[in-house]
Amino acid sequence: MADLIKVGMADYKVGRSPSTLISYGLGSCIGISLYDPQRKIGGLLHIMLPDSTQARSSDNPAKFADTGIPLMINDVIALGASRSRLVAKIAGGAQMFAFSNATDIMRVGTRNAESCKQILKRNGIRVIAEDTGGTYGRTVSIDLSTGAYKVKTIDRGEKNI
Amino acid sequence: MLDEFNLSANQLDALREIGNVGAGNSATALSQVINKKIDMNVPKVSIIPIEDVPDLVGGPDALVVAVFLRVYGRAPGNILFLMPKENAFYLVDDLMGREHGTTQSLDEMDVSALKEVGNILTGSYLNAFFHFTNISMIPSIPSLAMDMAGAILNVVLVQLGQMGDHALVIETKFLAEDDSVNGHFFLVPDPGSLGTLVKAVGVE
Repeated sequence: MADLIKVGMADYKVGRSPSTLISYGLGSCIGISLYDPQRKIGGLLHIMLPDSTQARSSDNPAKFADTGIPLMINDVIALGASRSRLVAKIAGGAQMFAFSNATDIMRVGTRNAESCKQILKRNGIRVIAEDTGGTYGRTVSIDLSTGAYKVKTIDRGEKNI
Repeated sequence: MLDEFNLSANQLDALREIGNVGAGNSATALSQVINKKIDMNVPKVSIIPIEDVPDLVGGPDALVVAVFLRVYGRAPGNILFLMPKENAFYLVDDLMGREHGTTQSLDEMDVSALKEVGNILTGSYLNAFFHFTNISMIPSIPSLAMDMAGAILNVVLVQLGQMGDHALVIETKFLAEDDSVNGHFFLVPDPGSLGTLVKAVGVE
């Protein structure tokens, strides 16, 4: 049985085949997976917020897209992945409660998704699959032996993206 | 950790006591609605790392039904009433006068009934806060979701996450002996509200 490594909220883990990295119960949060298909090395990051510069204070860079993504990129490269081969997949960014007068904070899911794509692009990493938005939670996992990124939901089944 | 919130042990005690009275009000109200005895624990006031909050309700992938209300006024915050799916379905059966086990999914009427329970709990809870602090707290209309606990808690935690790495939660567990109620009631004041609240309590 291959390793199943849990990634908590505002956290990231990196690893290699045959491990699987998993993060449970994402709402407006985003799970970003990185994968080098040749070396079978990758990572999974669970961010909460788009931008650390808009936050008052934090000791945890993995909470934000802009600080977490570069950190994970460095760690997968340190493990032996090649930056040019890295591909990303992202999932999450839902709006869990519908309010007619949704404030900015309610729409944080959308902003999270936009920010992740922007920061990945800035770091020269292609996003090859995406499952974001909606009004439902997701559990995401990446199988590092294949790079398959599984998105599981309560009412909408599961799929590999 | 306490420093981030600037609270003394006495102030935490005061918050717990207000939570206790609030929860007592809520338990009484709910018990009248479904005509059953409802037990509650002494509220826990905890300051915990944000990423640990989902563990309070069975882990981030536990399937729960949640009623969410935003609280407005001088001390804004969020209220969440979370129940495991099975218990929420039992509660709906009670509210609708059906046999336990009848509800298999929530229709519009069921959703509305559960939201109303959220309203009743919240109203009686906030009354106690008003009584002690003279700060009126006005709840929004309730919103309901059935999904993974982690995903639902995101809504609250994201707001706190912008301010710091810890959450102050006032949490009470409600329990009826036949499992028709088994819910966690959370009041999560916005970080800026804590000062207002403890000042109003007048405890150093």
